[in-house]
Amino acid sequence: MYRYDAIDKEFLADRSAEFRGQVVRRLAGELNEEQFKPLRLRNGLYLQLHAYMLRIAIPYGAVNPTQLRKLAWISRTYDKGYGHFTTRTNLQLHWIKLADAPDILEHLAQVDMHALQTSGNCIRNVSADPYAGATAEEIDDPRVWAEAIRQWSSLHPEFSWLPRKFKIAVTASPKDRTAAKTHDIGLHLKRARDGSLGFEVMVGGGLGRMPYIAPTVRQFLPAPRLLSYLEAILRVYNRHGRRDNIHKARIKVLVAALGRDEFASQVEAEWEKSGTASDLPDTELARIRGAFAPKVFETLPTVSEALEAARAKTPAFARFARNNLKPHKVAGYTIVEVSLKAIGATPGDASAEQMEVVADLAERYGQDDIRVTHEQNLVLPHVKLDDAPAVWAALNAAGLATPNMNLVSDIIACPGLDYCALANARAISVAQNIAQKFADPDLAEKVGELKVKISGCINACGHHHVGHIGILGVDKKGEEFYQLTLGGSGAEDAAVGTALGPALPYNRVAEAVDTLVETYLRERHDGERFLDTFRRTGVAPFKEAVYADVH
Amino acid sequence: MPTFIRLHDRVFSLAEDPFTAVGDEDTIPPGDVIISLTRFQAEGEGLLSEGHSVGVRLESHEDVEALAYDLPQIAVVALAFPKFGDGRAYTSARLLRERLGYKGEVRAVGDVLREQAGFMVRCGFDAFEPADGSTVEVWEAAAHRFRHAYQRSDDGRPAAYAERGE
Ligand code: SF4
Repeated sequence: MYRYDAIDKEFLADRSAEFRGQVVRRLAGELNEEQFKPLRLRNGLYLQLHAYMLRIAIPYGAVNPTQLRKLAWISRTYDKGYGHFTTRTNLQLHWIKLADAPDILEHLAQVDMHALQTSGNCIRNVSADPYAGATAEEIDDPRVWAEAIRQWSSLHPEFSWLPRKFKIAVTASPKDRTAAKTHDIGLHLKRARDGSLGFEVMVGGGLGRMPYIAPTVRQFLPAPRLLSYLEAILRVYNRHGRRDNIHKARIKVLVAALGRDEFASQVEAEWEKSGTASDLPDTELARIRGAFAPKVFETLPTVSEALEAARAKTPAFARFARNNLKPHKVAGYTIVEVSLKAIGATPGDASAEQMEVVADLAERYGQDDIRVTHEQNLVLPHVKLDDAPAVWAALNAAGLATPNMNLVSDIIACPGLDYCALANARAISVAQNIAQKFADPDLAEKVGELKVKISGCINACGHHHVGHIGILGVDKKGEEFYQLTLGGSGAEDAAVGTALGPALPYNRVAEAVDTLVETYLRERHDGERFLDTFRRTGVAPFKEAVYADVH
Repeated sequence: MPTFIRLHDRVFSLAEDPFTAVGDEDTIPPGDVIISLTRFQAEGEGLLSEGHSVGVRLESHEDVEALAYDLPQIAVVALAFPKFGDGRAYTSARLLRERLGYKGEVRAVGDVLREQAGFMVRCGFDAFEPADGSTVEVWEAAAHRFRHAYQRSDDGRPAAYAERGE
């Protein structure tokens, strides 16, 4: 894991001193709310329905036990003893006092954390594959590049006042766990025939009011030229992105307006003119790469007797192993998915105690490494198969072992009307109702992979457009209604979902999901996921089933 | 008279502004003037030949490339910030310095607040008309708030990777 050096630390200290000064000016009345707003947003501080919300950055989702314990301590000391992990792998605290915010940032800085650029029209927290360094699928460690992007994007002199927010994801595996194609820039590491590293560069994806899947603007960008190419993209966007209409200001609108080819040629022209000045020197890339040197792994047998024995003896562990243990690149190790989707709980919420349990496990069994996923779960990426039963037992005792990875109850939901000032409708309780319907783990496993994603309004923080089943809260004459979409995907086979039919009232949503699942079970061919069946049959059988009783 | 701050050799100082900002409808006063791009394209040559020192104000949507061939005769390029959050002028400043090799004054005008000082300096601005009542001391402190920067920039400070390489 990357360790902050004196420069990184002084940078954060300066930032927190600056923010303290701004809060003092605000509390003294020297700044009014209008002037203060853009400043606090740059430090992740939002004013929500009930209180201030602080959004803490977890760059590329990587956090160590010391940091996670500090987050637990902060949530206990300054909030209500829990935090909410978001789809951008940030942690949100929803009950913050303005006067405490500078102290919180200072505590964060002590463990090399911050809330920099978690909001505002700037380059946001970069995301990367949560299995980085652990999966055999990857051709290089995406964190190396994500860290380079983190540094480059921090208070960038030219690109800190963009038309709109800007999100970048880096993945290095054919299986995309970052939703790269829904980002402003998605970077997919590839290797050329001669073995050299490069990126497929996808630009102009995004959800919200106008969902777009990012088209590829360059098939292969030599990896050392990454930053200069990013600057060329950002420069074209900074100059030509729309600033007259907030709903048309994302880069996706510019790419769509110009067309992929014209946009790409403008970027190439800009890139040629600017040369290599902005690229990182090889020495710096090597320094960063060194921080992600492969861990030391023991030589272990592929099959663990301890694990097999536990599997035979404890059906609950066997179920967990089936759903939450993922293959590791090294024999005898596994990637453990920690579910923040207990049935009936708020998706993505973790209590201070739960954070501490995960921190302890990472220290004891997991090489001090923890990841946050954009699907709002945690990951222990390096656990010995032999230790998996003990890890499971501890997670289970803490309510963190729900065996539902990628299953119907592993739902993404935004905070919705419970917290968010922009919401039309609740999202959390809809997720809870659906999870309850599928509380029977046999049923959930029988249904198999099914990604349900819920947003409380068209801003789509819950990524509903790319849910296999997407659910969007809409307001109909002051009442909560929900628009369902089917067939979306945020992964390598990215697609925007198709509307099912007229919006449904709150109390019919979980039932409708149930009906959709029944329809799928009836229609599916062998080995088909929900998404595959939908893509084969189209919307008709699903629509008929859900609206049958309405006719 | 609004505050006018200049940056020279890394020192910020309060300065007399020798230039008068002149609107498109106004008559040209004697002395040094800053005019719009449109007016410059129509009247620039004449004004220069009459001995005025001429600056050009670029709005944030205007391309700095439009000035490329005239830059050697232009004393000031004033880049407008219609709103604090409109970041186009940062790109214009960098292009002036890095691509067009402009050595004259690059001035920030409009909604110019101390929170932008550091970004401006690093993009090559060297003159400022703060709209938030900043004194030179406040402006300088804001511009130097951060001891380090991760990116290369036009103010002569080394980027973090260069500091590390030392
Ligand atoms: S999708 Fe809407 S309701 Fe949900 S968090 Fe985003 S803005 Fe709020």
